[in-house]
Amino acid sequence: METRRGARMVIDPKVRQVGFVTPGSELGRPAAPEPPGAAAPVPVVANSPSPVIIPLLLIPDTSSLRTTPLPVPSPPSRRVVAAPPADDSMPLGSYNPSDAILGSSQGSSERTGNNDKHGSAPTDSLADMSLSNASTLAIRLEGLNVTNDGISNVLSTSTVRSAVAAAPTSVEHAFQTSSGQGIIGSVPAVSVDMAAAANPQAGIDPRPMPLKDRTSKAERRAIQEAQRAAKAAAKGVGTDIAAIADGNVANEVKSSKPSSQKKGLSEKKPAVFSDKKPVVSSDKKPVVSSDKKSAEKASEKDKRKDIPAPRMQFDDEQRVAKAKRRSLIEQTEAKNRVELFRHLPQFLHGTQLPSLESKFFHEDPLHPHPSVFQVGLQYLTREIVGGNARCIAMLMAFRDMINDYSTPMEKTLVRDLTAKINSHVSFLITCRPISISMGNAIKFLKTRIASLPVTVSEFEAKHSLILEIDRFIQEKIVFADNEIVKHAVTKIRDGDVLLTHGSSCVVEMILVRAFELGKKFQVVVIDSRPRLEGKGLLRRLLGKGLHCTYTHINAASYAMQGVTRVFLGAASVLSNGTVYSRVGTACVAMVAHALGVPVMICCETYKFHERVQLDSICSNELGDPDALVEVHGRKDVYSLRGWADSKHLHVLNLMYDATPADYVSMIITELGMVPPTSVPVILREYRKVPYVM
Amino acid sequence: MGAAMPDLQAAVDDFCTKLRRRQVEGSMDTAKFTALLLRQVISHQRIPPSAQASTLIDAVKSVGLRMIDANRLELAIGNVVRRVLHIIREEDASLETDGVTGINLITDSDDENDGYNIAQSGVSAAAVAAANRSALRAPSLHNLLEWIPSSGATTTVGPTITDPEVRSRSSDKNSRSWKLKHSVIEGVNELLNDIENYHSQVAEQALEHIHQNEVILTQGRSRTLLHFLLEARKKRSFQVFICEGAPRYDGHILAKELAEADLQTTVITDSAVFAMISRVNMVIVGAHAVMANGGVIGPVGLHMVALAARRHAVPFVVLTGLHKLCPLYPHNPHVLLNDMRSPSEILDFGDVSDCLDDTTGGPRLRAVNPAFDYVPPELISLFITDSGGHNPSYLYRLVAEYYSPEDFAL
Repeated sequence: METRRGARMVIDPKVRQVGFVTPGSELGRPAAPEPPGAAAPVPVVANSPSPVIIPLLLIPDTSSLRTTPLPVPSPPSRRVVAAPPADDSMPLGSYNPSDAILGSSQGSSERTGNNDKHGSAPTDSLADMSLSNASTLAIRLEGLNVTNDGISNVLSTSTVRSAVAAAPTSVEHAFQTSSGQGIIGSVPAVSVDMAAAANPQAGIDPRPMPLKDRTSKAERRAIQEAQRAAKAAAKGVGTDIAAIADGNVANEVKSSKPSSQKKGLSEKKPAVFSDKKPVVSSDKKPVVSSDKKSAEKASEKDKRKDIPAPRMQFDDEQRVAKAKRRSLIEQTEAKNRVELFRHLPQFLHGTQLPSLESKFFHEDPLHPHPSVFQVGLQYLTREIVGGNARCIAMLMAFRDMINDYSTPMEKTLVRDLTAKINSHVSFLITCRPISISMGNAIKFLKTRIASLPVTVSEFEAKHSLILEIDRFIQEKIVFADNEIVKHAVTKIRDGDVLLTHGSSCVVEMILVRAFELGKKFQVVVIDSRPRLEGKGLLRRLLGKGLHCTYTHINAASYAMQGVTRVFLGAASVLSNGTVYSRVGTACVAMVAHALGVPVMICCETYKFHERVQLDSICSNELGDPDALVEVHGRKDVYSLRGWADSKHLHVLNLMYDATPADYVSMIITELGMVPPTSVPVILREYRKVPYVM
Repeated sequence: MGAAMPDLQAAVDDFCTKLRRRQVEGSMDTAKFTALLLRQVISHQRIPPSAQASTLIDAVKSVGLRMIDANRLELAIGNVVRRVLHIIREEDASLETDGVTGINLITDSDDENDGYNIAQSGVSAAAVAAANRSALRAPSLHNLLEWIPSSGATTTVGPTITDPEVRSRSSDKNSRSWKLKHSVIEGVNELLNDIENYHSQVAEQALEHIHQNEVILTQGRSRTLLHFLLEARKKRSFQVFICEGAPRYDGHILAKELAEADLQTTVITDSAVFAMISRVNMVIVGAHAVMANGGVIGPVGLHMVALAARRHAVPFVVLTGLHKLCPLYPHNPHVLLNDMRSPSEILDFGDVSDCLDDTTGGPRLRAVNPAFDYVPPELISLFITDSGGHNPSYLYRLVAEYYSPEDFAL
């Protein structure tokens, strides 16, 4: 679906033109400005106004760490994507024969792989084990007559051996590729490659679609012909490869294959296994001109059943029972559920935690990756809250997971990784229902995975995915926040009284930035039970030296007197302009509206969603009802204790509410300040750009 | 009697202190205490033969003002003082008309043959009485009706049921001062009775307003509301959402009470009002005070609830007793009719103390914790009082009926 859209965008100039509508013009452009953007991250993050990014402090160092090595391997990976037919014709080498780049890229990728292994061999092996590869590994080792005395043992030996074996194979590879070049010098492919190489910007820009489309029809035909010729030339090998593609005859292949390469690779075990993958996957290509379509279909299907289906109706008993059977953890449902909210999941808080913790070191093939697991626990304990923080944490965990991922035998990366991510997402959902922003990020990631060409090597696929994740965090969250702050600060004048509710990291950045710019204003922090996030915000603002007024949400009408602007964060903005945000936002916006105070919603566009919603009941999240029972510091409030014993008493702790669009004066996004009616426009323009959604 | 006066002074002082310390809170309690004290004042007051009414009025006023000053935000005190003053004036007026029409009228006015009496005493006397009264009072439906039966003795507010024993004694003694005092005390007793029992009268109307399977939202806790809902529960089953009502959190208590009465009760946070209101059929709340324009002073957060209700066209019903009806029009009620409670209820000093260390020049943090909210009349659909249901726009009329215009400004 995505790819088709991307193609149409390029082919049909009219559609392109629509993109020049104000927000679209920025959106339509990414092709040009993106490379600098992609190159820029490192310096920008490094010297970004550090106090502004308080909640995101973790990002700059990690991203700068992680982005630095990436620009090197990324160009070749893209190039392979750009000219897939060229290398599938090559039975031996995994890369195209443009030597210079090839050599360097191969070397560098190999090197990074090695570094990884040396640096974190034990964790890697552990991770791999937990990642359900253990069994397949064992089988393969058996097949190769390696002594199999306990998986852990094998793993340790194998990692050591792989470290040793790494160097020779890289040489071997170089050799193979050079020979590959000898066999087929598919001209068009090379030319494409050269073009890509000559244009470093395009090289950095890791967007496959435009490049792919750039190959003209004639070129493509030439490539196909070259393929066919190559197939004919390397027929003996080719059949074997077809067998691999079938996946049923894997053993036979192992024996009949050009043994040198196979052995060298398979000996290299977990991490280097990734190097072996390219052979298989690229080999697979010739057969898959039809196969690819099916893969596409599959990915489409995946998309359709996109895991971020927070819309499971929990009043459907059958489905709930099914989900329970499948779920990793025992969940006890809360008693005394509110009738109106039976369709929402409501589980007793705290019951999962012990069982989850005990499972942390389980070696279960279904067990989630440690990083994801950790993030899940942090969601569960509410250690990580807030749309951005949760989204970043999740993406980082997935990044780790992808980093440690290796495709099991007889599976394709695209499908297996998607399935893996699905299962991880469902794990995260059991910890806490995912937010819309996370849903969007997952959707993005899966789109990226689905659009990976089958030909690309596993290592490069992983690299490109990691790069995409980093870029998503950088562009969609960090830079977007900076842009929002820039826009919003212009709306703050001296003498203003600004009101905010709860604790939104963007709003906090705005306030702090405005204060740093020397604007004289006061802040009213409205807080609401039971989470009282506002206290944290109040502390941080006071620490910075701002003048604050603190009150609870019931006093909103009182506090609103004299307020000149209201800044609110949002969990999501839906396409009918409804702002879906922490509970209480609607109340504050309503009071502000009633008293004629402009309400500004600060929200990154990646949180926008096509869904529409009119009330806060159809879709929401239920918090722990026990949080309402006690009031901190108030010993006199105890009437609700033991509420669960009373059949007629319910306690409802809603997490979100929907603010109708007419209460919202404007939505401040990184694309500028727009009225809520423009949300569908932004969504539409986004959909056209294949980058996101 | 003279010995009792210091006791009375002490009682008033004690009450004022309690008011200042907010040890007595809630309009019903304060109203009741005020009425009791005023009754004492009246009974202890020596009444000179001339200007009886004005001495009583002065005495009540002076004590009343002290109590009002003790807690200006407890509007019920002022209301009760005004009500008592009104009773005195009414009684005085009725006595004057009695003087004109003669005792016959009083003794026989309750008899069946009213018409005969009128004819006997002469139309002119009735006309004089009516003229007197209309001079004293603003025109009211009562007055209009009184033209016909000329039931001069049956005062509008005061003792409509005066037992014949008393009346015979009064006619026997015919001591006017004693009679005035007595009937005023009767009137105050009546008022006290009203204050104490108003919720049962309000609750009686519950079935007219709550139907089966209704979803009702309320905030905080009020006795009237509890009685109202429990009364409806006797015949109907329905569901109640209760906002907990920070910072008092008395919604918790109400929830427990209602759940014990087998009502489906759900406690929600105050912030979830807007989320829930779309599924609610009716908002029913208690009030702290009702202003003459039909606006309501209620527990903080009520304005938000009212706005949400208006947004979703949910009827916003206020249960109130007439002693809460204040004859004043609000000006800037958010500030002038508001009470600031301790910030510690919402924020522990310890939570932020470490952030305030480097304070240079003035405090940087204010924690506001207002006690009340003002809801303008346009957000209110209905008042249910002990005298029936009323539109907010009609309240000025009730004010005219229960208060004398001279007392609006004490």
